[in-house]
Amino acid sequence: MKQEIATPNNGNSLAAECVDEASVLKILEKHDEDRGGLIAILEEIQREYGYLPEKALRVVSDKTKHSLVDVYGVATFYRSFSLKPRGKHLVCACLGTACHVRGAPSIVEELEQQLAVKAGETTADMEFTLETVNCLGACALGPVVVIDGHYSSKVRKYRVGQLVDEARRGFDSTEIGNDQRIFPIDVSCPHCNHSLMDEAFVIDGHPSIKVSVSFDHEDGSLRLSCLYGHYRISTELDIPIGTVVNFRCPHCHVQLPSTSDCSVCGAPMVPMLVYGGGMLQICSRRGCKNHMLDLA
Amino acid sequence: MITLRINGLDVSVEQGSTLLEAARFLGFPIPTLCHMDGLSPYGACRVCVVEIGEEPKTKLVSSCTYPAEERLNVRTASARVLRARRMILELLLASCPQSKTIQDLASAHGIRQQRFKQEYEDCILCGLCVRMCEEQMMAKAIGFRNRGQNRSIGTPFDIKSDVCRLCGGCIYVCPACQLRCTYTQPDKAICGGCANLAPPCLEKEQFDDMMCYMDPCVACEVEKKAQKER
Repeated sequence: MKQEIATPNNGNSLAAECVDEASVLKILEKHDEDRGGLIAILEEIQREYGYLPEKALRVVSDKTKHSLVDVYGVATFYRSFSLKPRGKHLVCACLGTACHVRGAPSIVEELEQQLAVKAGETTADMEFTLETVNCLGACALGPVVVIDGHYSSKVRKYRVGQLVDEARRGFDSTEIGNDQRIFPIDVSCPHCNHSLMDEAFVIDGHPSIKVSVSFDHEDGSLRLSCLYGHYRISTELDIPIGTVVNFRCPHCHVQLPSTSDCSVCGAPMVPMLVYGGGMLQICSRRGCKNHMLDLA
Repeated sequence: MITLRINGLDVSVEQGSTLLEAARFLGFPIPTLCHMDGLSPYGACRVCVVEIGEEPKTKLVSSCTYPAEERLNVRTASARVLRARRMILELLLASCPQSKTIQDLASAHGIRQQRFKQEYEDCILCGLCVRMCEEQMMAKAIGFRNRGQNRSIGTPFDIKSDVCRLCGGCIYVCPACQLRCTYTQPDKAICGGCANLAPPCLEKEQFDDMMCYMDPCVACEVEKKAQKER
């Protein structure tokens, strides 16, 4: 057998040093060691670091009943585990039979050229990792390229450059501009009709919606993204997922009056007036994404 | 006790024994590569195939892993078994033509020619060394890595293992001698035997009747070559 030398990430001693034993132990704590969920542990470590650092594997074998040989064997057996540091963006090109006959090899070639790496490698600036898979199960849409979880179907050579650029900018930021379903809204308090918009605090490049919130004897302010369907919030409070929060207007300090309950989780819906006529209702439970928009 | 029929002879063996054990108990030879007494059966090399069942629905199984069953009809050297065994040996020989163990076995089975492309691998992935390390030496220093075509045996991260005690058990059991001395690359050595322990073969003049389990030993070959060049 030819010796396949898995480079123990020589070129990235910096990343290897960043591995914190405590954070690996924290991951291990979450998993019941007796059940032997080695793959689940490794998956979580990979989620944390983007790859499986040597030190983390050693910690896993020290703290669980698995020997280092077994841990290493599992880590090298599965394609989804990587022992080498991976880039910020993961580019995954399908080379399955259907994609292959529809021209996937030339797409991979183009990707290799654009990123200046071979398949399986990471660019020098640690931005992109190019990988190939043998089938993504979307054969009718081939050739398929997945970048950071965003699927692109029927990719042609000329689109490769666009996709790489989009990934570099980040898919989320491009979506706001292009996606018709996401748009900014202006809202005001239904009681005092004072605008809730806060120009000074910007989320996603738009003014945020400022409200006062309280729960369990704690109160403070909460800022919501004004982009409809974008759900981003910013708050100094540590609101646990699932908590029902009281919303108050920061100007008149009156609790935003609830007229209905959430159809998903049963928590009160919080109303806000939409500028130009209409009513927005959002669920007051943290983590529940239910909302309604009635435009007059 | 379980009564079964091997090559037409009725035999009683203990519950839980394998077909290989039963056949060897009766004196029927079955060649093996990945089997060793004291190690768990693995069924990797397939050289120990036997034919079980009644005509016309017989099938080939590896005797080292198949447990003896009541009234099972086993043939250890039928035409079908020999044909399959020859093919397996020829394929093993193609991947490891330099292994003396495999060569001997192949020639004993009447293989005189090699039809396949020779790969000159150092390993047939029989897992003997891995089981030796784990089950007899309690070390777990080496194991299987990667998958499919890239599957290989070695230490994690290809560096010298902390738990390896340089016992040499892996070299001793290897039929293909994958883990023979890596004299010239002591860093990558799994046991480092030659480089670290000063093997007897290097001082052959002093100990003329020294036994060496590595035949031919890489260390000796390298030494010879160096002498010739001088």
